[in-house]
Amino acid sequence: MNKRKIMDQLFEQKVVILFVILCVLTIIASKQPLTFVANELFTRIARNSFLVLALIIPVLAGMGLNFGIVIGAMAAQIAVFLTTHWGFVGIGGFLLTALLATPMAVFFGFLVGKLFNKAKGSEMICGLVLGYFADGLYQLLFLFIFGGVIPINNPKLMIATGVGVKNTIDLKDTIKYSLDTVPMLTIVEIGFYIVVAAIVLSALIKLIQKQPVNWKKSLISLVVAGAVYAVTFIPAVESFLAADRLLLLWAVELWIAIVLVWQIAKFLWLKVIRKEDVNVKRTLAICVAAVLVYAITYIPAVYEILIYVRLPVMTYLCIAGLCLFNTVLMRTRLGQNMRTVGQSRVVANAAGINVDRTRITAMIFSTVLASWGQLIFLQNVGTFSTYGAHTQVGQFAIAALLVGGASVQKATNKQAILGVVLFHTLFIVAPLAGKELFGNAMIGEYFRVFVSYGVIALALAMHAWKKVAKVGPSTEFAPASAGALGGGSSASAASGGTAG
Amino acid sequence: MNNRKASDKGGMTLERSYVLKMDNISKEYSGNRVLKGVSLQVRPGEIHALMGENGAGKSTLMNILFGMPVIHSTGGFEGTIEVDGQPVKIDTPVKAMELGIGMVHQEFMLIPGFTVTENIKIGRELSHPNLVSRLVGKSMEILDRAAMKKDAQAALDTIGLKLSPSQKVGGLPVGYMQFVEIAREIDKTGIKLLVFDEPTAVLTESEAARLLETMKVIASRGIAIIFITHRLDEVMEVADSLTVLRDGEFVARREIAETSVVEIAELMIGRKVEKLVEDQGEDTRVLSDDNIAVSLRNYVVHMPGELVKGVDLDIRKGEIFGIGGLAGQGKLGIPNGIMGLYTASGEVRVNGELLDLSRLGEALHHKVAFVSEDRRGVGLLLDESIEKNIVFSAMQVNNDFFHKYGWIRLHNGSATRRHAEEMVKKLDIRCTGIRQMAGRLSGGNQQKVCLARALTLNPEILFVSEPTRGIDIGAKKLVLEYLVKLNREQGMTVIVVSSELAELRSVCDRIAIVSDGRLASILKPDDSDADFGLAMSGGLKQGGGQRAG
Amino acid sequence: MRDNAKVLVRQVGLPRIIIAGFFLLLLVAAGGFQMDLLQLCSDFLRRWGMYGVLVLAMVPAVQCGIGLNFGISMGIVGGLLGGLIVVEFRLANIPALVAVHPLLAQWVGILIAILIGVVLAAGIGWLYALLLNRVKGSEMTVTTYVGFSIIAFMNILWTILPFQSGELIYPNAGQGLRNTISLADSYSGVMNNTFAITIGSLTIPTGLLLFFFLMCLLVWLFMRSKTGEAMSAAGANPNFARANGINVNRMRLVGTILSTVLAAVGILVYAQGFGFMQLYNGPMMMGFTSVAAVLIGGASPRKARISHVLIGTFLFQSIMALALPVANQFIPESNLSEVMRLIISNGIIIYALTQTGGGDRE
Repeated sequence: MNKRKIMDQLFEQKVVILFVILCVLTIIASKQPLTFVANELFTRIARNSFLVLALIIPVLAGMGLNFGIVIGAMAAQIAVFLTTHWGFVGIGGFLLTALLATPMAVFFGFLVGKLFNKAKGSEMICGLVLGYFADGLYQLLFLFIFGGVIPINNPKLMIATGVGVKNTIDLKDTIKYSLDTVPMLTIVEIGFYIVVAAIVLSALIKLIQKQPVNWKKSLISLVVAGAVYAVTFIPAVESFLAADRLLLLWAVELWIAIVLVWQIAKFLWLKVIRKEDVNVKRTLAICVAAVLVYAITYIPAVYEILIYVRLPVMTYLCIAGLCLFNTVLMRTRLGQNMRTVGQSRVVANAAGINVDRTRITAMIFSTVLASWGQLIFLQNVGTFSTYGAHTQVGQFAIAALLVGGASVQKATNKQAILGVVLFHTLFIVAPLAGKELFGNAMIGEYFRVFVSYGVIALALAMHAWKKVAKVGPSTEFAPASAGALGGGSSASAASGGTAG
Repeated sequence: MNNRKASDKGGMTLERSYVLKMDNISKEYSGNRVLKGVSLQVRPGEIHALMGENGAGKSTLMNILFGMPVIHSTGGFEGTIEVDGQPVKIDTPVKAMELGIGMVHQEFMLIPGFTVTENIKIGRELSHPNLVSRLVGKSMEILDRAAMKKDAQAALDTIGLKLSPSQKVGGLPVGYMQFVEIAREIDKTGIKLLVFDEPTAVLTESEAARLLETMKVIASRGIAIIFITHRLDEVMEVADSLTVLRDGEFVARREIAETSVVEIAELMIGRKVEKLVEDQGEDTRVLSDDNIAVSLRNYVVHMPGELVKGVDLDIRKGEIFGIGGLAGQGKLGIPNGIMGLYTASGEVRVNGELLDLSRLGEALHHKVAFVSEDRRGVGLLLDESIEKNIVFSAMQVNNDFFHKYGWIRLHNGSATRRHAEEMVKKLDIRCTGIRQMAGRLSGGNQQKVCLARALTLNPEILFVSEPTRGIDIGAKKLVLEYLVKLNREQGMTVIVVSSELAELRSVCDRIAIVSDGRLASILKPDDSDADFGLAMSGGLKQGGGQRAG
Repeated sequence: MRDNAKVLVRQVGLPRIIIAGFFLLLLVAAGGFQMDLLQLCSDFLRRWGMYGVLVLAMVPAVQCGIGLNFGISMGIVGGLLGGLIVVEFRLANIPALVAVHPLLAQWVGILIAILIGVVLAAGIGWLYALLLNRVKGSEMTVTTYVGFSIIAFMNILWTILPFQSGELIYPNAGQGLRNTISLADSYSGVMNNTFAITIGSLTIPTGLLLFFFLMCLLVWLFMRSKTGEAMSAAGANPNFARANGINVNRMRLVGTILSTVLAAVGILVYAQGFGFMQLYNGPMMMGFTSVAAVLIGGASPRKARISHVLIGTFLFQSIMALALPVANQFIPESNLSEVMRLIISNGIIIYALTQTGGGDRE
C-alpha cells in the first residue's frame, strides 16, 4: 500500500522529477563548475521569483495562467523610463518608480480583468493575444508618442531624430542594484519604524472605533521591537549588518539557528505553559533535519559554493514577503472568495459572491505584483531593453511555474520557487551544454526555448484533456449558439466559389 | 405521523401565523401566461408539499419567491407575498436570504475541493479584524477557522449527520452532499423557510428515507419546509399539507389527513377538455402482436438526468405508441439510446433485426428516424438554411441530393430546392424562404423543419420526442395531426415521447408510462386519471403484468 | 434611416466597417501624397495571392469545429521542408526541363515541393488532430502553444539537419541552415511570373491569383461534397452530427489535416512570391496573421467561408501594403506599419474572442 502511495506521489510530481533529471544531466554535460552555476542561479532567483509568484493569485481565482502579466511589466517599464528621464537615482528613484508604476498597473489590471470577464473560459488565449496587442500600443507609445506627441528633450534616452526612445536604456547610474544594495542595517531600521507605526496606528484606530485596546500586548511588542533595534547598535552587530549582501553560508547558518530556536520555543510554549499535546516526533525531526543541513555545509564542494555566493538581502526579503502575502491573502475573506470563484463561478454566485469583481481584483493584484517584479528584474539586470524586456516575461514566468509542478488550476509558493530554480538552472547551462555536446551553443539556446514553450503546451493540453474527461463524451459541447460575427453575413460560400 | 401535533397547533392559530403567504400570483413570459392567480400558504414548522406535472408552474413560483433575476428582467409578476404577516417585496435573491428563506438545490451548490466547513460557510465566513482590514475593509479580515468549524459542527449535529467538518466534500457519497447543503441552510441565522427542490431525485432509497427523517427534525424546530416532489408516497409520509398546481393554475390545497393518494393523483393529472386532434376518418389499420416494429429487452441507457434502467417493451408495426412519464424519469433516454446519442446496452430489434448499439448511425440505416426533444441542441443546424436542414440527414444516410461525378459526390442544389419547397408547403412552414436560417424561425416552425428532415429520410419507424414542447397551439395541432396522417396513410410506426399526457392520450393507441427508469405500466388512452397519476408518481408499480405481448 | 444604419452595422460588423474605413483613409492619404496608386494596386494583388492560401487554411479548421487554427505552423514546417528538399537537390533546375522553358522547370520544382510538403503536413496534421480531439473546448489555447513549440523544436532541427547545399547552410563552416534562404536560383516568383500582365505600372500576377483561386475552388468543392457537408455539421453542432450518424472525431481529423495541408501549400506560395524562405522564428506569428485576416473578412471562431478569406486577406494585406509608404511620409524609416500590424491583427482576435468566448458556460 505504502509503496503504491509513494509511486502515486512520484507520478504526481513527474514534471518536477523530469526536470530535476534534465537539470542534473545538462549541468554534467556543460562541464561548468558548480560555484559558477550556483552563483548565476541565485542571481536569477532574485531576479525572476517575484514575477513568477505574481502568477499565483489568478491561478487560484480560476483565471488560469495569467499571460497578462506582460502588461504589468509594461507599466513598470513606462515608470522606469519616466523616472530615468527625470533623473531620479538610487533606492529613492526605485521607490518612486514603484510608486509611479502601481497606479498604472492597477488601471491596466482593471482593464484586463474587465476584458477577461467578457471572455470567461478563454482567459489564457485572450491574455496571450492581449499581450501582443498591448505590445503594439507600447511600441506606439515609445516609438512615436514619446518625442512625437509628448516632447521629450533627452538625447541620452531618445534616438537622434528626437522621436522615439532608444533601443536600450542604461540604468547603471540610476537604479541598477538600488534594491539589491540596501544595507541590512537600513532594513532593520525601516522594519523597526514600520512595526512601531503599525502598533501605534492599530491602537489609534481601536480608540477611534471605541474598541478595547490591549495595552499590555502593545507595550510588550514595542519593547521587543526596541530591543531588537537596540542590538544593532552593538558595534560587532552593526559592522556585520552594514553589508548589503549576505554570504550564502551565513544565510544558511542563520536560517538553521532560527528554525532551531523557533521549534524549541514553540515546543516549550505549548508543552510547558499551555500544556497542550505536541507532536514531539515532528519537532524532533525538524531539529534533526536542521542539524543535518548544517552538517552538509562542511562538505567541501558545498562549502565552496556557500562561501562563493552572496545574496542581495533586500531582494530576497521582498520575495519572502510576497510568499507571505500570497499565503496570508488566501486566509482572508477576499482570498477565500477568490478560491471559491476559482473552483466554481456558479456556486460562488449562488453564495452571494460578486464573481466579476473578485476576478477583477485578482487581476489587479497580479498586474501590480508583476509590475514590481519587473522593476526588481530591471534593477538587477541594469540595462533596460526598451522594446524587448517585456516580451518574454509572461512566457518564461509561466514556464517556470509549470516546471515547478503547478498546473492551470493549482499553484503554490513552493512550486513557484522550485520552478524558478529548475527552469533557470536549465537556462544557465543549456547553451553551455549545447556547446559541449554539439559544438554549437545555439542548440542549447533553442532547446531551452523549446522547453519553455513545450512545457506550457503540455500543461495546457493536460488541463484541457482533464476537463474533457470530467465533462464526459456526450456533453462536451455547449449547444451551438448563433455566431455573433458570422451569423449575419449574407455572402454565402457560393459567391466565393464563383469567383474562382 | 409524529409531527401531526405541530400542524394541529398551526391549525389553531391559523389566521395570523402563516410564515409565508403568496396570494394571487400571476406571471407572464412574453405574452405566455405561466402562472394564473396561484396562491400558496405555509405555516411555521409544517412540511408543505408543492405538487404538479412538469410545466405546472412550480419553478416559476419558486423563482418569484427567491426574487430571481429571470423574473424581474422579464417584467416582474402580479400578486402579493407576505412573510410573517408582513407584506414584502423580494426583488433579489439576497433579499430572500435576508428574510430567512433558503433553498436546497437539486444540483448541488457545493465545491468538491473545499472542506465541509468551508462549504457550509461559503460566502458567510467568520473572520477576525486586523490592522489592514480596519484600513481597507472587511474583505481583508483573516478567517476564523476554529469558529467556523464549531458552527459547522453544530449545524451537522442539528441534522444528525456524523461527519467530520474538516473532511473534503469531494470524496463524500452523493447522499451526504445533500445533507451538507441542508446543513448550510440550517446554519444561516434566522432561517424560517426552506425549499427542497426534488431532493430525493438523486438519492438511493435509504438515503431518501434519512432525508425525510431529517426534514421532520428540521420542521420540528419550527422551520417551515416547502417540499417539491413528484413522489406521492413521500408526500403521504412526511407532509402536513399540500398545494397542487396544473398548467399554471391553482388546483387545490389539502391537508394530508383529509386526502388520499388517489385524490392527489387525480388532482395532478386533471381532465383536459381540449381536443387536440380531429378524427381522421375510419381506422383501417391492422395491428398485430406478431408484427413487432421495435422490441427492447433489458434495455439500459446512460443518459444523464434521464437514465433508463432496464426496459422490456414491444411496439407493434403500424401503431402510434406513446411513452410518457415525468421529467427525469427516463422516458427521453429510450429514443436517444436507440439513435446512438448516449451509450446504451441491452437488446434492441428493429423489424426483428438486432441493432449494434455501439455503431453510430445504425438505427438510421434501419429506416428509423428521430425528431429530438432538444431542437436547438440536437435537432437543427441553427446557422444553416432551412433547405440544408431538411435534406441533411437524407444526404448523409441515403446519399440523396447529390450529383455524382465519378467517385465524387457534390451537393445537388436544384433537387434540394425542389424538395425543400415541397416540404415547406406540405408542413406549412412559415418562413421568408427556404434560404432562411433555421435559427431565426419560431419554435413551431423549427419543429416542422425537424419533422421534415426526419421524413425526408423515408423512415418506416419515426420517433418523435416532445413534439409540441414550446410551440403554439396552432402548430401543435398541425404537428399532431400530421403524425396521425402519416400513420394512417403510410402505415408508419410512430412513437411519441412526451411529458404532456393529454397529447399522448389524444393520438396514441397505447401509452407506456416510465417511472424511475423502468416501465411502470402500459395504459389505454381512456384509462382513468387516477391510473395515470399513480403510474407517473411511482405510487403503483404494475408494469410486469401489463406488458404488451 | 438610423435603423437601417444599425442593421447594416450589425450585418457587416463594426470591426469590418472600421477596418474598411481605415483602408479607404489610407488610400486617400496615399493619393494625397501623390503615390503611384497603380503600383500600390499591384502590391495589393501580389500580397493577396501570397497570403491567400495560408488564410484559406482557416476554413476547414473553423468549419470542422477546432476553431481558429493558431497552429498552422504545424503545416508550415512541412511545407518548408518540402521547399528545402527541392533546393537541396536542385529540383527546380532540372536541365532537361530548363531547356524547354525555365518556368516549366520551376513549376515542376514547386509542385514537387508542394507534394512533399503535403505528404509531410498530412502526417503531422494527423497527429495534431489526434491531440486536438482530446482537448475539445480549449483548442485555441492549446494550438497556439503547440504551434509555438513546433517552431522551437524545428529551430533545433534546422541546426542539425544534414543539408549540404551552399544555398541552404551558413557559409564559412557555420552550422545549420540559414535564417533566410534565397530562392532566386530555384523557384522564386514562379507563380507571380506566369502569365503576368503588366499595364503601365500595374502588374497582375495572373499565375499566382489563378493558383489561389484554384485552391479556393477546390476547398469550395470539398465543402459541397458529402464529407465536406458532414464536416461542417460536425463543427457547427456535434450533437446534430452524431444524431445523423456522423463520426464527429473523424470529421475533425479530416478538417485538421486539410487545414495543415493547406498551410503547407500556403507557405510555399508565400515563399515563392517573397523570393525567400524564412526558417527559425520566421513563421512563428504566421498563424496570428492568418487568423486575423479571416476574422477581418467576417469569419467567427465558429464559421468561416471562402468569401471571408477573399475579403479578409485583401483588406488586411492591402492595409499592410499601404501602411508602410504612408507612415513613411509622416515619420521616415519608422516601423509604424509593424506596430499597426500588431494592433490590428491582435485587436481583431481579441474582439472575436470576447464575442464568442464570453458568456458563462460553466
